Amino acid sequence: MEYQTTEESYRFGVVKAFSVMAVVYLVVGALAGVYIAAELAWPWLNFDNPYISFGRLRPVHTNAVIFAFGGSTLFATSYYIVQRTSGVRLWSDRLAWFTFWGWNAVIVAAVITLPLGFTSGKEYAELEWPIDLMIAVVWLAYLFNYLMTLANRTVSHIYVANWFFLAMQVTITYLHVVNSLAIPVDLFKSYSLFAGPQDAMVQWWYGHNAVGFFLTAGFLGIMYYFIPKQSGRPIFSYRLSVLHFWTLIFGYVWIGGHHLQYTALPDWSGSLGAAFSIAMIIPSWGGAVNGMLTLSGAWYKLRTDYVLRFLILSLAFYAMSTFEGPMMSIRTVNALSHYTDWTIGHVHSGGLGWVAMVSIGALYHLIPRLFGTPLWSMKLVSVHFWMATIGIVFYVSAMWVSGIMQGMMWRAYDEYGSLVYSFAETVVAMHPFYALRWFGGTLFLLGAIVMLVNVLMTVAQSRNGVKAPAGAVA
Amino acid sequence: MTHESKPKTLQERMELNVAALLVMIAIVVSIGGIVTVVPLFYLDSTWEDTARAADGAPAHPELAGVRPYGALELMGRDVYIREGCYTCHSQMVRPFRDEMERYGHYSLAVESKYDHPFQWGSKRTGPDLARVGGKYSDEWHVAHLMDPRQVVPESVMPSYPWLADATLLGDDAVRRMEALRMIGVPYTDAQIAGAAAEVEGKNEMEAMVAYLQMLGTLVPFEEGKAYRE
Repeated sequence: MEYQTTEESYRFGVVKAFSVMAVVYLVVGALAGVYIAAELAWPWLNFDNPYISFGRLRPVHTNAVIFAFGGSTLFATSYYIVQRTSGVRLWSDRLAWFTFWGWNAVIVAAVITLPLGFTSGKEYAELEWPIDLMIAVVWLAYLFNYLMTLANRTVSHIYVANWFFLAMQVTITYLHVVNSLAIPVDLFKSYSLFAGPQDAMVQWWYGHNAVGFFLTAGFLGIMYYFIPKQSGRPIFSYRLSVLHFWTLIFGYVWIGGHHLQYTALPDWSGSLGAAFSIAMIIPSWGGAVNGMLTLSGAWYKLRTDYVLRFLILSLAFYAMSTFEGPMMSIRTVNALSHYTDWTIGHVHSGGLGWVAMVSIGALYHLIPRLFGTPLWSMKLVSVHFWMATIGIVFYVSAMWVSGIMQGMMWRAYDEYGSLVYSFAETVVAMHPFYALRWFGGTLFLLGAIVMLVNVLMTVAQSRNGVKAPAGAVA
Repeated sequence: MTHESKPKTLQERMELNVAALLVMIAIVVSIGGIVTVVPLFYLDSTWEDTARAADGAPAHPELAGVRPYGALELMGRDVYIREGCYTCHSQMVRPFRDEMERYGHYSLAVESKYDHPFQWGSKRTGPDLARVGGKYSDEWHVAHLMDPRQVVPESVMPSYPWLADATLLGDDAVRRMEALRMIGVPYTDAQIAGAAAEVEGKNEMEAMVAYLQMLGTLVPFEEGKAYRE
């Protein structure tokens, strides 16, 4: 395995910058998450301070993990993959650096404005309109640079990973523009153009496809490149990847309505969303199977290759959460699960188990190759793997139990036909699970810190001129 | 870009031509959005108050009670949004026996007709607030917002003492109402002219309480009447 950075043939500076920032934002986002989890278990931690109160800090957590960590990972990996699979440099290195500074400026703006209470009040799209404009400019620059790089390619066919990245770029453009339409009152305040059920449907069309495209299609692009690379095996089936791609991008867009079952949204909308959600098991599992079977004949590598473990475990979580999601969209299940912690558990089995694990695996693959030196410590990669995995299991199981319990307690009747529990009693019952969730999250965060140390030491090692021994495996 | 033979399939054609791939993706991902979102903007069934009886009169005249927020209520709603209350409280009662017993009549779309943005929420760490209006006294709400565990020992809600110290500006209410009028909220000139006086000198706590106390109170529901088709 070669450790040349091949900076002369590719533009890897911007990939390096995004990769390191992705690890930094993983720690930041997880830290914010652990803190708000602690606030729910021990509310005195709000300290009567507006800037760190749960309602303002929760969007900091969601924006940090999705857009700062997820976004940086996507920029890093996609800029790397598009060059490697097209056999050319990025069309414009300058434009790529513009997206780096632009995206980080957006993140800094988010970290300042959200605690100050500047918010549009729409979940996962809280940032106010001037920042939304910045996002749009950066995103279009990214899309354009990507397209031009693909157009310049020296290989005949566009590789599958790039289809997924392109679908993400196009769809996120649609979603971000439409869902952010608002009338500004001043620089820090605006009102959504839409109201009531129309705003709700636009928001969840956005919300679910932020999951479907930003957190799924983009990361499937990562899977289609890094799993074959790390395992040294070709993708299991080209035909399956074609089917996976088109059915996934066609189907995902229909399912936002499943977030609004039994609400004041007309029933056809939620039912249509649920029907498509169930159908989505097919492309989702097709993709997961395609990734896993890539390891056919090479499963023994999991014994020794810690990086590959992250990648493969991520697919197990992907398959699990893409089964759980459709189940939760069935009306009778949704009647119980909606508004409870089960949703939070589902989001984290997908967010931590799939998105974070596949990202971490890809970053561990990428960083030694970018910096031309082996990882500082393979042992710490293994430590990180177990901390992350055990942390996720604690987190997700705690939320499953508390979510189902919450739903059952809300609807429990006694023999006289009256409600058994007051709402306050159900809050008390959640406490042990909130504490357990905090513990799981903390383990995951500590694992992320171990990764940051390992990555920073690797970068330092590269500066000191330590080169990889010939034939070393990362 | 070199290839010896002509592309054999549509798939291969797109793999060979980035513009074709882009256009195909742009079409394929737009269909679901068009089908699931756009009809809500023209179908009458989106709003319950468009339903007509056989003689053409409104089927549910009581829904005419839905009105835009008053100036103080609007400022309170903006505090609600700023503090991220929607991250823990829903405003959407579903048509289930337990929810209707706990919270009141199930929510209608028309009740959030002037909600830019909607605040239906997605999580109930705390209870639903769609019908909280009138359930508690103003004094209870102030005490609860100042220190929730003083009145509900089991609560995990943060305290909001800073609301009582923040004075509202009349001019803010006017500009916000004007902006909302531009996107279709039917504020009258008189309402906007009176907004500054209504809000001036009040604090955010009073605005928040005014908002909470009107939530879910606009429609005098008839017991047992079906509002959804």
